[in-house]
Amino acid sequence: MISLNWVKDYIDIDDQNVYDLADKITRAGINVESVITHHIDGLVIGKIISLEDHPDSDHLHVCIVDIGVEKLQIVCGAPNVRVGLKVIVAKVGAVLPSDFEIKKSKIRGVESYGMLCALFELGIEEKNDENYSKGICELGEDATIGDDPLVYLGLDDTLYDLDIHKHRNNDCYYHIGFAYEIACILNRKVKLPSLDFKTFNDKISDNFKLKVESKKCSYYVAREVRDVKIGESPDFIKKRLIAAGMRPINNVVDISNYVMLEFGQPLHFFDKDKLGDTILVRDAKDGEKIVTLDDKERVLSSDDIVITDGSKVICIAGVMGGKNTEVDDYTKNILIESAIFDPVSIRNTSRKLELPSEASIRYGKGLNYEYTDMASRRACHLLEKYAGATILDSFVLYDNEDHSDKKISFKANDVNKILGINISIDDMKKELERLDFPFTLKSDIFNVVIPKRRVDIECNVNDIAEEIGRLYGYNNLVSSLPNVKVKRGEYIGDVKYRKIVSRRLRSLGLNEVKTYTLVSPNMANMFRYDDCKQVKLPNPMSIDKSIVRTTLIPSLLNVYDYNVSRGVKDINIYEISKTYDSSYNEVSKICGLMSGSYADSPWKRDFEVDFYVVKGIVEELLDYMGYNGRYSFVRSNCNDLHPGIQGNIVLDGKNIGIIGKIHPSIIKKDVFIFEINLNSLIGKTSKLKYKSAFKYPSITKDMAYIVDKNILVGDIISTIKKAGDKTLQDVVVFDVYEGDKINNDKKSVAFSLVFNGIDHTLKDEDVMVIFNNIIKEVKNKYKAVLRDN
Amino acid sequence: MKDIEMLLSEVKSVFDKVKDINELNELKVLYMGKKGKITEINSHIKDVSNDMKKEFGMKVNEVKKLFNEKYESKKKEFEDYLLNKQLEEERIDISLPATRVSIGAPNILEKVIEEIEEVFLSMGYDVVDGPEIEEDKYNFEMLNIPKGHPARDAQDTFYIEGDEILLRSQTSPVQVRSMLKGEGKTPIRMICPGKTYRRDDDDASHSHQFMQIEGLLVEKDISLSDLKGTLDVIFKRLFGEDVEVRFRPSYYQFTEPSVEVDITCVNCHGKGCAVCKRTGWVTVAGAGIVHPNVLRMSGYDPSVWSGFAFGFGAERLAMMKYDIDDIRTFYNTDLRELRVFDREDEE
Repeated sequence: MISLNWVKDYIDIDDQNVYDLADKITRAGINVESVITHHIDGLVIGKIISLEDHPDSDHLHVCIVDIGVEKLQIVCGAPNVRVGLKVIVAKVGAVLPSDFEIKKSKIRGVESYGMLCALFELGIEEKNDENYSKGICELGEDATIGDDPLVYLGLDDTLYDLDIHKHRNNDCYYHIGFAYEIACILNRKVKLPSLDFKTFNDKISDNFKLKVESKKCSYYVAREVRDVKIGESPDFIKKRLIAAGMRPINNVVDISNYVMLEFGQPLHFFDKDKLGDTILVRDAKDGEKIVTLDDKERVLSSDDIVITDGSKVICIAGVMGGKNTEVDDYTKNILIESAIFDPVSIRNTSRKLELPSEASIRYGKGLNYEYTDMASRRACHLLEKYAGATILDSFVLYDNEDHSDKKISFKANDVNKILGINISIDDMKKELERLDFPFTLKSDIFNVVIPKRRVDIECNVNDIAEEIGRLYGYNNLVSSLPNVKVKRGEYIGDVKYRKIVSRRLRSLGLNEVKTYTLVSPNMANMFRYDDCKQVKLPNPMSIDKSIVRTTLIPSLLNVYDYNVSRGVKDINIYEISKTYDSSYNEVSKICGLMSGSYADSPWKRDFEVDFYVVKGIVEELLDYMGYNGRYSFVRSNCNDLHPGIQGNIVLDGKNIGIIGKIHPSIIKKDVFIFEINLNSLIGKTSKLKYKSAFKYPSITKDMAYIVDKNILVGDIISTIKKAGDKTLQDVVVFDVYEGDKINNDKKSVAFSLVFNGIDHTLKDEDVMVIFNNIIKEVKNKYKAVLRDN
Repeated sequence: MKDIEMLLSEVKSVFDKVKDINELNELKVLYMGKKGKITEINSHIKDVSNDMKKEFGMKVNEVKKLFNEKYESKKKEFEDYLLNKQLEEERIDISLPATRVSIGAPNILEKVIEEIEEVFLSMGYDVVDGPEIEEDKYNFEMLNIPKGHPARDAQDTFYIEGDEILLRSQTSPVQVRSMLKGEGKTPIRMICPGKTYRRDDDDASHSHQFMQIEGLLVEKDISLSDLKGTLDVIFKRLFGEDVEVRFRPSYYQFTEPSVEVDITCVNCHGKGCAVCKRTGWVTVAGAGIVHPNVLRMSGYDPSVWSGFAFGFGAERLAMMKYDIDDIRTFYNTDLRELRVFDREDEE
């Protein structure tokens, strides 16, 4: 949260409309999420100079209110109106929150020229019964008639709520940084606050020792102030802290927070008298303990950085101070710490200890050492001014920061090429001046020195392009298309096959669904037909989403349940998704689920899905992919499928998936699934080639057998094909019968055999030779009885 | 001759009494059969005197012709009657519901993705793929987001093995993989639609699993204006020609300059409404010029190559396009809702 009243200390923006300014800032890259303002045009302080009961009401009053330049008659119903009270007057034309405009009106026959307001009517307090019964806002005797009441109340500030997540860094996260941002947008200069203070002759460095052992501390400055008088902060500090969302505590604590919000540099104040004459910064020891300011004992590890007085730990660096050196109401002397710690370490420590603080957030984003020193001086200035402190001369300093300048050399055209614009060298000079980036120009080469406050900027021309671009205005970019070779893109690898399968399954009537990759242990334990080890998340959000699935079947069953519970009967769905085993092997799986009617025929219901419909879908898919004649279905034993209605899908002798009916103990209704490993369908098919249909008439021979029920018709077909010669073109099963007319352990199966000569018309007697041979083979192999007709 | 005249007048009237096809056939036997009346009379021609033979023959033919005409016409009458009767019986209620074998519908997200893919394919972008279980190196480090970097906080990631193996939190690692494959030599134009995962609690606007569409172009002399033009094409195609694209400066680790991409609010056409928080604009993508460090880490020399990258949230686009208010809609498929999407959209 940024207070504009505060920013005005560093840059002149009085001429700016706060909404327009917010818009300019947003367009330049810092997102002002909302503008919170308590300024309302048409509000003045008035004094009730006379009061009469409304002639036509038992609770309304007719007031005459002096607002300085004139006296207004206003009808008011508040219980607390009385003569002599100073009040907030909303004049005719004022627009209160929720677009409520004050108009001249007649209230039960009496004219009224404004409204006396309660704070909730101005959007400052919550509108509730309690505030309502208090009536209008009563201002103090010292309020000046005709003035802006919100200024009198100190509520006239405008706040910008920034979207800090998107910040390029922390440089706009404090008021001076934000002033610099406004400065480059408006092309104005920033004035830094006073850092002056008087010093005593005593030098802190004479009797204080600073030692930094931790590699994770790159800068540490300490100053000492004496004889602080703890008390309340001045009004402006309190108001500004509240505006920024911090609670005022006392002048000393408030000043450390105030400086942090000014310079972005967190400070820590130690009670000097609880500390010796040494500061030692080191890495914590494993198991080392400290009681922090919030009275909790914290256990540290060697990843953390601690501040010690040479013997005991007095602060978890960058995260929280220790109870043992806390500034309290009796504190007299203070040691000011201003330092830079390794951002990653601070972030890790604050996360591990669950202590995200205003300070740790700032440390975590990286700091500018110039401000580290300035902030400590600013704190001295304020403590001298508002806490009556005297400041010891000098300071103790550890400085391992790289002071070399970040420099970028580039040509104006380099920037133009990145942005696709055309700024001249002269304009480029102006832009850099606006940014307050010092530079030199030699022929056409700019040499820019990046100010230390811009810790986000690295040393490449893209950084400059970004800065120039956002000030130039991205809305001024003219759209162009890349100057690249014209070609059409392609689906590459897996994606291509996913598309092919998807297209085919949709055209076969299956609807595509999407489900979650992470599943519950219950789901993960079902349909383990390929028995691979699963990835379990070490820190899942919930047990429901703790395992990376290896099959999509349980997920599709969830979709089935979801639809059934919503009254959908016919459910034909598929999903293609990646699965992973515990060695992170990736397999894309195609899963289908079918139940109910295959075609939408509500009053005929002639098209109920059964195993063979689903098998047909799988075959259609495999044929479409080019695997005609290379696959078969072999009995399988997946526990969660119906033991008699399931099979492995075998392609070129290799298992590529499963098909079957869901076990009735899982779902009573007839629900069928298939799942195929997409990877095993990739790149194995042959080139498409024309093949002419048979030119000569075919001869069809029918035969029917009675065989044992458990003999697979598929096996008989194989036998027939084997026994036939190349003229046998097709074997069609045209009837399967089980029932009363034959023994109940038998079934009758009828086949049509289609013979066709490749280059001549077949003669019946030639076919009969082969046909008889087939009949004999089948009879022998399956103890089959040939039926007469 | 008298007999023939009699037969002729008989034939003229005999059909009148015939009631059905059977009687008609009997009649045919009676007159035209082997012993039929006409056949018989014809056999008398030998008894007729020579000068009368011609006339007799003509008369017999006249009778035959008449009979056949009458017969055919009567036969047609009966057949028509039967056919009409059959057709009448076969009449159905055409208002009864149809039997429909429907083509399956795409998942709503996939429909939007395919539409986007089509535009990019036509502009020469390949559609590629990458693993969902990813290495930290590709998901973060080579995208200029080292371990401990604050940018990682915004992507609360599902780690699988220490801090090295994770469920990808963005599709951006596919940028890195594409560049490594290009070995610093090949220009790249690709998009990658894919699943991504973050530790978000599922509600109407959050999902721990969601789809991103990543895009990367690496060529020579690529500018931010090229990115704007490219995104112009795609968003106009998706949401209509009147849609404008706006860039706002933003900050991402792997692009510089970085932009947020806004388009005219589809709900109010830029007038301002609750959806766009009265701004007239909605954010649809993050994008930018590929950061020189990212190019360098993946083997492309930033002094030679440049490029742009972008990322869309597929759910957000689908929600905007089809006015869907709950992100869970995509993952709890209600087939009744999905079926609606099995048709062409308006042009």
